[in-house]
Amino acid sequence: MLNLLNEAINRTGIKADKTIKNLNMNLTLKIWRQKNQNDKGGFESYQVSDVSPDMSFLEMIDVLNEDLVKEDKDPVHFDHDCREGICGTCSMVINGRPHGPKEGITTCQLHMRSFSDGDHITIEPWRAKAFPVIKDLVVDRTSFDRIQQAGGYVSVNTGGAPDANEIPIPKRIADEAFDAATCIGCGACVAACKNASAMLFVSAKVSQLAMLPQGQVERKTRVEKMVAQMDEEGFGACTNTGACAAECPKGIDLSNIARLNREYIGAKLKSENVS
Amino acid sequence: MSWFTKAFSTTIGRKLVMSLTGIFLILFLIEHLIGNLLLLNGDGGLAFNEFAHFMKYNRLIQIGEVVLFGGFLFHIIDGIILIRKNRKSRPVQYAVSNKSEVTSWASKLMGPFGIIILVFLIVHMYDFFRFKYFSPVADMPGTDISDLASLVYIKFQSVGYVAFYVIAMAVVGFHLYHGFQSAFQTLGVNHVKYSPIIKGLGVLYSIVVPLGMALIPIIIYINHITQQI
Ligand code: HEM
Repeated sequence: MLNLLNEAINRTGIKADKTIKNLNMNLTLKIWRQKNQNDKGGFESYQVSDVSPDMSFLEMIDVLNEDLVKEDKDPVHFDHDCREGICGTCSMVINGRPHGPKEGITTCQLHMRSFSDGDHITIEPWRAKAFPVIKDLVVDRTSFDRIQQAGGYVSVNTGGAPDANEIPIPKRIADEAFDAATCIGCGACVAACKNASAMLFVSAKVSQLAMLPQGQVERKTRVEKMVAQMDEEGFGACTNTGACAAECPKGIDLSNIARLNREYIGAKLKSENVS
Repeated sequence: MSWFTKAFSTTIGRKLVMSLTGIFLILFLIEHLIGNLLLLNGDGGLAFNEFAHFMKYNRLIQIGEVVLFGGFLFHIIDGIILIRKNRKSRPVQYAVSNKSEVTSWASKLMGPFGIIILVFLIVHMYDFFRFKYFSPVADMPGTDISDLASLVYIKFQSVGYVAFYVIAMAVVGFHLYHGFQSAFQTLGVNHVKYSPIIKGLGVLYSIVVPLGMALIPIIIYINHITQQI
């Protein structure tokens, strides 16, 4: 296509100072393939050619999958939904980093212009005992749901919606609670942590409610139950390396983990739960 | 399990134990450094021996020593439990390792550093602490206090032993370069005003205290060589 275009320019006789360059890339992908939970799995290499720098990373895999389907092969399975960075499903570790080399984004927000022609890209699923691989790059993250169900909720009276601003909340507190609430539960914190710890996730979920008046009713039982569930699922402990916050697409801060620790200490000291 | 032991058996609970015992050990190291510096007093070890004598027979210090043993024991046991749990949390490793630059390499090696310190600790107990209670050494001439200082002076005449000691102190420094501030984060202390101070103190401590500890055998060794010439 570009050759034709350049030829046409030549034929016009106009002296073009630049030929139009083909920016499309040829890439070698090394992707984790695993049939099911019980399969051992392994890496397979694929070539994708003519990848536009404007594609998102997921679109690039879509192109690969089209080729695979045409060749009657099993396409690469991967989780995706909103493709705009809010659903948190597009879990993959790209060249050793959750959601790839850029900060503050999910995989669907990563564009191929972050790579260069000829690159070798290794793509792996989240690795954690609590996130077993279902197939290829798809992992089971229901452990996060179970942690949420254990305590990540508030008691609300049924009936008419209350008036806005009926309960005054200082702006700074509201902002901080909202920052914590931006957690999309993608699991990048677990994927990045050397201990596969879920502390950043749990701390965001505990924080968003602990700071607000509506969250006070279950405040102590919430943190006790969520931490107990976190342990039950087999997530590791926090060594405070900060790898989680560095990879978090929503920029959840480490101060939330300190708050979780405070909430835990407070609950264990003051709650009446002795079981 | 009672509610109390349960509170310290979760991952956060075990980290609280690491943090509290870690801070206690940090305080202990200051006392240990001050004591050791007496070896350089230039009095043939008299001040050091007197200090050691006091530390052995003072009732309060004796109680402190039991607490210190408990502190080490809990730190080591919970440390090993956490190392194992953390390893089990990721049964399959990544083919390409995580390269995010913000995490300090010291923070990723807390476990290995701890194990090295444990090995050093065992050698250290056998080489020095043993003589405090179990294999009493001769008294200093003209006094009735044990001459532990001579034991130390002789040990550090070996360049290999000095090197081993210096390397061990470097590892303690790395362990605390991350550990000092980490212990406060574990306790939930994270504040715009105080966290930078804690981080600064941690860096200062992790350099000054291990360096002081390591300089003592180096100076003893240099003294030994220069006296021989
Ligand atoms: C003089 C000796 C020692 C001092 C002063 C010390 C101090 C500390 C401190 C302050 C922490 C940070 C706690 C936190 O993050 O909340 C820590 C963590 C740790 N220590 Fe030590 N420690 C010493 C010896 C040891 C030994 C002998 C071991 C052997 C197993 C060990 C294993 C660990 C481990 C594994 C951690 C990291 C736990 C984690 O964050 O997951 N330490 N230490």
